[in-house]
Amino acid sequence: MASTVLKVEGIEKSFGGVRALKGVSLEIRAGEIHCLAGENGSGKSTLIKVISGAHEPDAGWIEIGGRRLTRLSPIEAISHGVQVIYQDFSIFPNLTVMENLALNMELMDKRAFMNYRRARAIAARAVSQIGFDIDLDERVENFSVADRQLIAICRALLQDSKLIIMDEPTSALTKKEVKALFSVIKDLQSRGISILFVSHKLDEVFEISERYTILRSGENVAMGSTDELDRSAFAFHMTGREFSEESYRPAGPRGDPILSVKGLSRRGCYSGISFDLAPGEILGITGLLGSGRTELVETLFGLTRPDSGAVEVRGNRARIRSVKEAIRHGLGYVPSDRLTEGLFLPQTIERNTVIAVLDRLAGGLGLLRRKAVAETTARWIRDLSIATKDPSLPVRTLSGGNQQKVVLARWLANDLSVLILNGPTMGVDIGSKYDIHALMRKLAAEGLAIIIVSDDLPEVLACASRIIVMREGAFVRELDPASTTESVLSELSTGVA
Amino acid sequence: MITARRILARSEPWVLAAIVMLSLLIQARSGQFFTGNNLVDLARALIVPGLLSIGCMMVIVSGGIDVSFTAIASLAMYVTDKILLQSGYSGNVLLAYAMSGGFGLLLGALYGFLIAFLRLPTLVVTLGTGSLYTGLMYGAFAASASDVPPSMIAHGKEILFTATNAKLGLTSEMPSQILILVGMLALAFLLLRYTMLGRGIYAIGGDEAAAERAGFNVRLIKMFLYCFVGALAGITGISRISMMAYADPSTMLGMELTVIAAVVLGGTRVTGGLGTLTGTILGIALMTILANSLILIGIPTYWSRAFTGAVIIIGTGVTARQIASATGRRRELKKTKGGGA
Repeated sequence: MASTVLKVEGIEKSFGGVRALKGVSLEIRAGEIHCLAGENGSGKSTLIKVISGAHEPDAGWIEIGGRRLTRLSPIEAISHGVQVIYQDFSIFPNLTVMENLALNMELMDKRAFMNYRRARAIAARAVSQIGFDIDLDERVENFSVADRQLIAICRALLQDSKLIIMDEPTSALTKKEVKALFSVIKDLQSRGISILFVSHKLDEVFEISERYTILRSGENVAMGSTDELDRSAFAFHMTGREFSEESYRPAGPRGDPILSVKGLSRRGCYSGISFDLAPGEILGITGLLGSGRTELVETLFGLTRPDSGAVEVRGNRARIRSVKEAIRHGLGYVPSDRLTEGLFLPQTIERNTVIAVLDRLAGGLGLLRRKAVAETTARWIRDLSIATKDPSLPVRTLSGGNQQKVVLARWLANDLSVLILNGPTMGVDIGSKYDIHALMRKLAAEGLAIIIVSDDLPEVLACASRIIVMREGAFVRELDPASTTESVLSELSTGVA
Repeated sequence: MITARRILARSEPWVLAAIVMLSLLIQARSGQFFTGNNLVDLARALIVPGLLSIGCMMVIVSGGIDVSFTAIASLAMYVTDKILLQSGYSGNVLLAYAMSGGFGLLLGALYGFLIAFLRLPTLVVTLGTGSLYTGLMYGAFAASASDVPPSMIAHGKEILFTATNAKLGLTSEMPSQILILVGMLALAFLLLRYTMLGRGIYAIGGDEAAAERAGFNVRLIKMFLYCFVGALAGITGISRISMMAYADPSTMLGMELTVIAAVVLGGTRVTGGLGTLTGTILGIALMTILANSLILIGIPTYWSRAFTGAVIIIGTGVTARQIASATGRRRELKKTKGGGA
């Protein structure tokens, strides 16, 4: 039996009457990769903050370094070898890699003066631990998210860590970067460092962790060995709902194509793209980042212009040179980064929902009819089961899945013929993911034509009625989801058999 | 590793290039730029904005903005001046510096408290305190142009050397206050580069939450910063009225916008985190040349304001464009890398 690095028992924590943690327990063994899973608001972050000393628990105890404590200060947590790598990595983008690596150490030692020679030595030692080759004099803002994460990991390792907590470490990484991160994590594990991997992504939990703890609404719902966990049990524990994983039988195309793309090309992005899309179809376009998948749908929606080729809507040649024209042709687009591209975060849910249909809600003189706006919003909140008490709250207050539903509601409020979804469930928790999938199927059944762009292969397989794989700007092959597998799709998108 | 690319990505070389070109142009047209007396005049004009720019730059680096430092400088020097005159003090000018610096520190501590502990936005707070301090000066102290004590008059006459323009028979004197500027620059340099306090100012400007987590005492650093800026402003006020030999309460008011513009022109990032003293002084130098030397090539003084405005827009605009295109390039690079996988 491996020894225990950290154990918490019966942790309770309330914030102004809201009980975030209701007697949670967690045990992490030496040298294990432990996954802490749970949906948004399940109490994961609060628990991390208790372990790292940022929050003082109302009840319960923490056992660390052979001592049983009822509270822990951040300094004590660090001196016991607990390091947290936050989602924002807690680094200074404006300072050099060297300073980022050395500053925490220098502050811990209560230095009053900055010694650059000492800092360089610390930084060099930090990066050598994982063999990370990086220019120490470059500012951190000039590096990619993945590099910043490695900087944060190197910094954590400086403090003689026994337990490294990673809060949703993969949320901003590409598939390739996730792979690289996982090999770093395995390397740390081989040196006897325990990892607490916080995630709500099922695939990652299965791939990396040995044991898991799942929280729901501030309570432990399951813990054990990952080998004994399967997908549906994981989803059930996370959400408390049963999901049937029956595969979707698409209704198939109905009638003539509504959208025809003929030999569309844009230099440096994609070339010679042709396909038809009929009402009732869900076309899945998959491929790696940089395969041209996003560039293609951005052209369809009028965000960029093609160099050659044609687009037909209902059999008529359509010149879509702007978003406005795309909307007039009945096209809708939900971008992959809904936070920066799709939503006005500080604005209300109501305003975000109706923005695309404002002209229809306006009366004479172009003034908005308040009642019509409220009715439209209320209808979509009900139809899409958006979890909110009050549509006058800012969209920011919603969870990722509900934000995504608001973006969908905006387009559905418009009379759409074709809905293009780019990464429809990226960063969305499992419950909302199922809801969004169900909604897409329902809409297709009602006669909407849908294009989903996604590198989430299980999602494409589960939802699409046809799949097109893109690689290096071209269509590689069209497949029927009923007769293909994830590994085939993955081989086609990477070009590696 | 310092590469040519990294140097050219900074704004200091560009501001320096602009100064060199402007000087050469003025020299070529007038033959009067590189004369001893013109250069000394420029140095003289640079002292007060230069002193103010040090504090201003530090505040912007920390992620704040201060529009009240000239009001502090004015109020602190005016109160000091009045007290010394009424008490008939005739001793060393150091007392005046200490008093005005002390008043400045107190005035800075007030808004430092509002910003560091009550976490009010710096622009709002300093707009308020700037107005408050100016109002106090005119209201409570009924400020109007006033004499200065003999010690300051003597201090204003301390000359390091005199430069003579043989051709025109003009002479210019280098005031000893330039040493205060040099000393303050050295102090600020050491503070910013070699103390954890100084690195903390940069860290806060980069990411305040991260600074707190790393173990910086963010509140104390901010408190120190605004006290320092206040004290520096108070000291600047005494230098100013000593050189002018009378205390004009309005002499520095309005200068804050030029100083902020020069600081930004010198490469200090408006959103905080980046900025150097070299860039700041170069920015101030460029503005001073525009304001003082264009007259040498026959451009009337009122036009120099228009030129100054144009330089601010072009200078800061070019920097912003460069940053945008540099990040754009990086993003594209990343895309092609991903595609090749």
